Amino acid sequence: MTKSVVIIGATSSLARSLAHQLAQRGTNLYLAARDEVELDRIAQDLKIRYHVSVGWSRFEALEFESHREICDRILAAANPLEGVILCMGELGNQPTAQTDINHALAIIQSNYTGAVSILTPLANALEQQGSGWIVGIGSVAGDRGRQSNYVYGSAKGALTLFLQGLRSRLSKVGVHVMTVKPGFMDTKMTFGLPGLFLVAQPDDVARDILKAVQKRKNTVYLPWFWWGIMTIIRAIPEPIFKKMKL
Amino acid sequence: MSNTVQQTLTGWGRYPVVKSTVQRPENLSTLSHSLSSSASQLARGLGRSYGDAPLNHSGQTVLMERLNRMVAFDAETGRLRCEAGVPLHEILAVFVPRGWFLSVTPGTKFVTVGGAIAFDVHGKNHHCAGSFARHVECFELLIASGEILTCSRTENADLFWATVGGMGLTGIILEAEFKLKKIASAYIKSFNIKAKNLDEAIALFAQYEPLYPYSVAWIDCLATGRSLGRSILMFGDTASLSDLSPQQQVNPLPIHEQSKLSIPLDAPSVLLNRYTMGSFNQLYYHRQMQKEQRAIAHYDPFFYPLDFVNDWNRLYGKRGFVQYQCVLPMATSHDGLTEILQRSSQKGWASFLAVLKRMGNQEAELLSFPMPGYTLALDIPIKPGLWAFLEELDQVVIRCGGRLYLAKDARVSPASFRAMYPQYEDWLAIKRQVDPDNHFRSTLSERLEIQP
Repeated sequence: MTKSVVIIGATSSLARSLAHQLAQRGTNLYLAARDEVELDRIAQDLKIRYHVSVGWSRFEALEFESHREICDRILAAANPLEGVILCMGELGNQPTAQTDINHALAIIQSNYTGAVSILTPLANALEQQGSGWIVGIGSVAGDRGRQSNYVYGSAKGALTLFLQGLRSRLSKVGVHVMTVKPGFMDTKMTFGLPGLFLVAQPDDVARDILKAVQKRKNTVYLPWFWWGIMTIIRAIPEPIFKKMKL
Repeated sequence: MSNTVQQTLTGWGRYPVVKSTVQRPENLSTLSHSLSSSASQLARGLGRSYGDAPLNHSGQTVLMERLNRMVAFDAETGRLRCEAGVPLHEILAVFVPRGWFLSVTPGTKFVTVGGAIAFDVHGKNHHCAGSFARHVECFELLIASGEILTCSRTENADLFWATVGGMGLTGIILEAEFKLKKIASAYIKSFNIKAKNLDEAIALFAQYEPLYPYSVAWIDCLATGRSLGRSILMFGDTASLSDLSPQQQVNPLPIHEQSKLSIPLDAPSVLLNRYTMGSFNQLYYHRQMQKEQRAIAHYDPFFYPLDFVNDWNRLYGKRGFVQYQCVLPMATSHDGLTEILQRSSQKGWASFLAVLKRMGNQEAELLSFPMPGYTLALDIPIKPGLWAFLEELDQVVIRCGGRLYLAKDARVSPASFRAMYPQYEDWLAIKRQVDPDNHFRSTLSERLEIQP
């Protein structure tokens, strides 16, 4: 029986690339995201191109009460479940978040608390099943708090710790949890932003993610050289770092 | 509205080079809300138009590449509905294995559906299948007011015909529905025949064209005297299963492979002169030894011979090149082509790739290029003196009652353009209705002084 993969935050360009590559190898999909019109179009596209079955549900990270029901719907449709990919998150606007606390909280919820809320029941289902994998998309921004995006960075950093704990817990039952830390990607988040370098294509990052999860990697930086860049950034002593403009 | 960024852009001919503010909507709803209130706008697909048609130096360029969802397919009728940014190569990759092919395809598969409609592209089967628009049922058009209109032959028909071949100047095509055609295999049964001069080429087109849905000729535009217009005519038809070798029959519907060949840098322009090109053409003509040659070819080399090198436009050097593509009516074709070929071979305005093709009846007429007659396309590297020479050719084309293909153009004058497109005023009247403030503009439309 064909297994299914669930993608939370399925309308981002990275999620679309992942969905295409999974569908191309015959995996059924279940998509969740905020924009229903877009979900339907993406699902149609995948069905037409790859002849796989694609279900979808509207999912809003900030509406916690709805998550249980969405999760039940996902588990009923995506059965048996091969894996879960968590692609949700908003970059938000750092200067706004510094004055508008609601904006800061929205960034944290869409990147972290919302993720915890939807991932917990899905992780428990995989634990019961005793197999499968979870891929969580964190960010290099979560490796060190920087003045230019620390609200977003703190939420991604928290997600990284959450995934780390979950990995340790689920490793006992054969469920693998992988954390992905992408660098700059050519998405709507980054299009037109100044000062970006080594911008990766979502298709390439998606291919590397699927390869890495097959090899059961724990944490991957993508593209790989971001591991080196972040090692250096993390190594800068705080007295110097705080004076930098990063 | 999505983020914008300043980018340097060119068309495929790499001339001219302009700076533009670029935005790239990720989906249809962002695009529908991306109309700018101040700057003019132009949608851009894969930028395969040669000259200044895919550029907008004074305003915004809207990149359509992420608008690439296929939203409906009817396996009974072959009708596909998809977003305008879907490239033709993806349609082939999805549908060839299921026995469907593009009803009309241009000479590269790296164009989008939106671009194919906006330039009403034609292919090797124009003489029997018409241009791309003939197979389009309808499309959704975002116009300057922010409204989205469904356009078809029965609904907003004027706007349908003004958008077909309208080069993006009526609005942004969001989504289109068009018909694919059934094929028995991904192979073409091809028949090549040499013509020793233009007279023979024209005679052979007339003789063989009724027998084959696909035809085109490579023409040696440097040959002179009695060899003027010598060519290799290539005809083809979709191969049936019984035409294939046992090996091909195992998988009769394979798709194209992705090309890995690229040109790493611009070729020095000294490499391109009448002698190198003359030798190339000499070799090309004599490569085929026999008068006639038959083969079974995959659709990829047959329809898209140049796609196998990714950036072949770099071969023309840093200064870029133009493609001079004209069409002449049947009655004046012979004399007009003779004059054009004589002038280019005399002056040595060389071209590796000159293509001759007979065109048939054409449905869309306002700004669409095709008309019944012969079309000739010459790729010419940009060098001093070229513009004056092409002006002379323009006059020949106008005298013959022909026109230039604006998708390839970068230099024709506003007056010549008006002489070549007698229905321009009719088109402009429709543009005036939907875009009175000239919101949708391009570097080409400004050069041609297109003003509602």
